[in-house]
Amino acid sequence: MLADLLKYQFLQNAFIAGILASVLAGVIGFIIVEKKMIMMSGGIAHASYGGVGLGYLIGIEPIYGALGFSLLSAVSVGLIKRKGGTDSDIVIGLFWSLGMALGIIFISLMPGYPPNLTSYLFGNILAVTRADLMMMLVVAIFVSVLFISLFNNWKAYLFDEEFSGIRGTGVVLLEYLLLIMIALTVVVLIRIVGIILALAILIAPAATAKLLFRKMSARVMMSVVFGVLFIFFGIWLAYTLNTAAGAMIVLVAVITYVITYIATSSKLRKKIK
Amino acid sequence: MNVVEIKDLNVYYGQLQALEKINLIVREKDFLAIMGPNGGGKSTLLKAILGLVPIESGTINILGGSNKKKRHLIGYVPQFSSVDKNFPITVIEVVLLGALNKGLSFFHKFSEEEIKKAEQLLDKVGLVKLADRDISKLSGGEFQKMLIARALMTEPKLLILDEPTASVDAKSSQDIYNLLGSLNKEMTIIMVTHNVMAISSNVKELACLNVGLVYHGDPEISEEVVNSLFGCPVELVAHGVPHRVLKEHQEDNHVS
Repeated sequence: MLADLLKYQFLQNAFIAGILASVLAGVIGFIIVEKKMIMMSGGIAHASYGGVGLGYLIGIEPIYGALGFSLLSAVSVGLIKRKGGTDSDIVIGLFWSLGMALGIIFISLMPGYPPNLTSYLFGNILAVTRADLMMMLVVAIFVSVLFISLFNNWKAYLFDEEFSGIRGTGVVLLEYLLLIMIALTVVVLIRIVGIILALAILIAPAATAKLLFRKMSARVMMSVVFGVLFIFFGIWLAYTLNTAAGAMIVLVAVITYVITYIATSSKLRKKIK
Repeated sequence: MNVVEIKDLNVYYGQLQALEKINLIVREKDFLAIMGPNGGGKSTLLKAILGLVPIESGTINILGGSNKKKRHLIGYVPQFSSVDKNFPITVIEVVLLGALNKGLSFFHKFSEEEIKKAEQLLDKVGLVKLADRDISKLSGGEFQKMLIARALMTEPKLLILDEPTASVDAKSSQDIYNLLGSLNKEMTIIMVTHNVMAISSNVKELACLNVGLVYHGDPEISEEVVNSLFGCPVELVAHGVPHRVLKEHQEDNHVS
């Protein structure tokens, strides 16, 4: 495969995309796992399907439609959470289904044969283009610079939002920034593993790092490392077994998490004995 | 100037009235304890002072300005149970977060002085040896003292504590009350508590809250106050104190 990697542009693109996606999934995954925003992220991912459908219907690049819809749903969820308080769970659930429904309606309104949507639903890392890579690079730089440069603000926000709110350390601003970062990350992950599988690649690296490391900075960095390992190993398996890459990446990620979970909890049991 | 001045405060949770017509003045160097039954609005009153819950009517002023504008002068110590004890952070890191500037600070690092001050505060609350410990390994009492140190890091004029001795053992509770007693020399303190022992220590004023303010005055709880507050005769026995807080209430057969 190594020889193929040097030979084929699409494999090189896939590996670069894998690294960029891992940086994003590591940072955002850490935050959404700690802040218990996993379902919210799932809702944003699925809502973006409406944008894919709209893109096809009005003839713009579907990924830009997805970007619009995921940003719109992220900001709406934030607004409703600020105003309504406890009902954000309901809103997320509704956005989740509504986005998918809109996507289906838009596609069925299209004249002629419906397009093949598999790559949006399940991703296709081997079809990543140069333009995609540029978009991923911009998003990855945006998210990691915001996270690193505001590290202490993030730490205060994630640890105790109420106290930080009273101190006025930018809680509302951080929350909207975070939602926008989640929306952008989801769109990048759609290219790699698709709307339906995006959640696993967002959660599994961060959750695995959480089992093994205590320090915040170590967790974030190791989430990125795990993301890279999962994606590369997944691609390699898919390449050798000739199966779908996105699904293979998710399979590797979830299996690693489960094994780590069992290993760490049995160590714990021995300690108690 | 009054530290806290609450006028005709009404707060609703949906249809339910949580606070009714509260008028309360807290003066400089006061140490006010707020007691009352669960659902009596104690935490709601603290959250209203902190500007965390919307108020229906009335005003809350802190040191001569509206509470929303002046709340940075409050050192808030939340309830133990409301903070994530599994978050990956060490004791000194938590205390330092109290020194974070208003707004967003790009590429922020805590200064030498701030770190030194955090260490001094940890010394003051008796946690200096645990500075680098992960917070998941703290006992209830240690965790609470850490939250107090974080509040002190903000250089508050007013310290507000929500149940500072919930899930804290008796020895640590005593430590915390002694600490609050000495802090009271420098700042005004308001705390919500279930613990009657607290009232017998350094507290200077007592307020009893059951939607309305039932009692406000000296920290001598009379039987009438407690009975009107809880709606039934209550026997209060303080731990570690060789006397009853209330005198023994009479048995029914004595009355008849």
